[in-house]
Amino acid sequence: MINGLDQIFVTLKYWLVGQLANVLPASLLPLVSVLLSLVPILVVFPALFAITTVLERKGLGRIQNRYGPNRVGPFGFLQFAADGIKAIIKEDVVPRAADKVIHFLAPVVLVVPAFLVYSVLPVGRNMVAMDIDAGLLFFFAVGAASELAVFMAGWSSRNKYSLLGAMRAVAQMVSYEIPLILSTVTVVMIVGSLSTVDIVAKQSGYHAIGLPNWFVFTPWGFAGFILFLISANAEANRSPFDMPEGESEIIAGYFIEYSGFKFALFFLAEYLGLFAVSGLAITLFLGGWHAPLAALEFIPSWVWFFAKLLGLIGLFIWTRGTLPRLRVDQLMNFAWKFMLPMALINLLAAACWHLIGAGATRWIVCTLLVVGFYVLLGRGLMAGKKLAKRVYRYAN
Amino acid sequence: MGITFTIIAGLTIAAAVAAMTLRNLIHCALAVAVTFAGLAAAYLQLDAQFVGFAQILVYIGAVSILIVFAVLLTRGGEPSQEKVFSAASVTGIGVTLAVLGVLTWAITKSAVIQRDLPPQPEATVKQIGDALMTKYVLPLEVIGLLLTAALIGAVIIAMRDDVAADVRRRNKNSPGASVAENPPPHVGGYNN
Amino acid sequence: MLGEGIIKGMAETARNFLGSYVSDERLTTVQYPEERSPQIENARQFPFLVFDGNDPMAGLRCVACQICEKECPPKCIYIVKSKDKKPDYKGQLQLYPATFDIDLSVCMSCQICVEVCPFESIKMDTEYELSTADRFGGLLVNKHRLAKSNDHYRKIHPKDAADSDAALAMEVAKTQAKARAAAEAEAKAAAEAKAKTTAAQPAPQSP
Repeated sequence: MINGLDQIFVTLKYWLVGQLANVLPASLLPLVSVLLSLVPILVVFPALFAITTVLERKGLGRIQNRYGPNRVGPFGFLQFAADGIKAIIKEDVVPRAADKVIHFLAPVVLVVPAFLVYSVLPVGRNMVAMDIDAGLLFFFAVGAASELAVFMAGWSSRNKYSLLGAMRAVAQMVSYEIPLILSTVTVVMIVGSLSTVDIVAKQSGYHAIGLPNWFVFTPWGFAGFILFLISANAEANRSPFDMPEGESEIIAGYFIEYSGFKFALFFLAEYLGLFAVSGLAITLFLGGWHAPLAALEFIPSWVWFFAKLLGLIGLFIWTRGTLPRLRVDQLMNFAWKFMLPMALINLLAAACWHLIGAGATRWIVCTLLVVGFYVLLGRGLMAGKKLAKRVYRYAN
Repeated sequence: MGITFTIIAGLTIAAAVAAMTLRNLIHCALAVAVTFAGLAAAYLQLDAQFVGFAQILVYIGAVSILIVFAVLLTRGGEPSQEKVFSAASVTGIGVTLAVLGVLTWAITKSAVIQRDLPPQPEATVKQIGDALMTKYVLPLEVIGLLLTAALIGAVIIAMRDDVAADVRRRNKNSPGASVAENPPPHVGGYNN
Repeated sequence: MLGEGIIKGMAETARNFLGSYVSDERLTTVQYPEERSPQIENARQFPFLVFDGNDPMAGLRCVACQICEKECPPKCIYIVKSKDKKPDYKGQLQLYPATFDIDLSVCMSCQICVEVCPFESIKMDTEYELSTADRFGGLLVNKHRLAKSNDHYRKIHPKDAADSDAALAMEVAKTQAKARAAAEAEAKAAAEAKAKTTAAQPAPQSP
């Protein structure tokens, strides 16, 4: 139950380190221990990326009344291998006027932070690569460093569309970082610590009616979760926020001039970013690796984490298949006029939750606060727009 | 002081030198970003986690992008063809070395260096937060006011002319103003 | 309320996703090389020549009138008349095409040749898998490839084939009626002529 299957990877690592202690000198052992923590991250998440590309294509296909890829491998699940081989053997075209050094470095600078952020996500009980005191801040700091890489990619290609896409992408990422961070500040306020392990530990246990203690089941947590998911969607440049890379709008935005393996690296970085913010959403709001019901605790913690991760990925794929792309001004208006005020109100609601003691009052007050402001903001922002069905003068 | 610090310091200084000497302005801006990263590494090596990560978040995540956008929107384009080091650079280097000498002398002769090292202070996030909210709350609010003023100033500078005229008209609110002086607001349209 | 439309949209796509596993109307894809979707009755691709009976060349309905060649807008039909004649479906001797070539890469499937043919001899086929690797002459089909039997026509366009057969049968009936009427008229004329000659020459006297 608690031990055994749940801690199988931890015991495996310690056993391996013990075995290698007989072979290697003692000064190398910390390095080996660190490598043994990191190599699973480098293996598991790209594998998840590969599966997600196939799942996304098949899922989108079914939503759009068609099969997805179904020729390569059983039911098309080896499609990622075909795509990978194609990406590797394609010719790497670099435009003659491009800035070669920056053009080469941009994918690297994008992928490295994407991998770095996984080191603070607790994947299971006792299974976090780095237990930093300011883990959440590390996540956001490293995530912010990837915006510079987007700009480098766009500028170094010396292409109008590329630069335009990069500017839009950077503007979008910077605008949606604010609701993203503000919705996590509510969790930090309630928990009192920036460490991801502490945040997950605070969500253990169950309420009286069997509901787990996760933050998503509180009014401010639910609002924060929705805000976080929308901002995460925008940070990862995914539909409906994929204006910077929309195929029909700006061809491919900031990675037009990249082909072959560099394009695959951009793709990898985008999906890894998506997994990372999904993992953070799970850590902050969905209780990390905790089980939803007390009866189900025999299932290992890392299974729960990955199940929740797959659920969130499915939600993102579902959203992508449903919503049309937002125009860039609609996108910016949404961030600054709706998400930012809602995030601030959420902060107020979380403060009220904390200051009013436990009991029914705080539920009512916080729910009223959040829902009331949501309705008011919605009415206020939609007041001036004419959104009725279009009527034609002559065509009818 | 250990090989880590040497590497970090070397990287920072090399990036700073590159930021001064590179020809292409965007390359210089990116070298400045590397300098910021070197500083953040130095902070992290000193175990100041909050400051290090805040440095990355603020400087590399926001200030570098600001610098790059500013360069793009004002200069951009081709790198300049002038020489990197002008004729007056010899005087400049001389003055720099003199200043460096004076600073080094002042620091080594000061009282701070002669004292023993104090115990390493606890710099957890909780303590920084507590200090900000109790001891340093006034500077915090003043900085907030300063940032708000900067934001409003930026919005006003970047406002489109017709919208600015509209704002001025509404603020003036004088009945005697003629229509020619206050043009009606431009409805819709993104092409000015 | 704000967000209501999004929820309704997500419900619709979820219905699509789950429904695609159970019902056919939410997953209309046909796995092409292994299955083919059936074509409607009015489908048309490229022309073909109809022949009656078993022998393609003997039963060919085309009489080389060259109307379709003249009416074809992109001029993709090339006909050379024969020197001799062969009997057609009514039994009468008609010319036949010694060469009948259609360049399928030029043909635009407008069906004008079918509409103007007075002999119900050129009709539209429904075969579309005509790819070939030879781009200079691979799509130039001659009369041997173009000739397909009336049974094939009945199978691909049942109603049109029934109409065409009825029209031809009526032609045959008309011809037969005309022939019978001509035969009757001839017989009557012969009888009258015989009566006249018998009347004109009185009974011979024998000395």
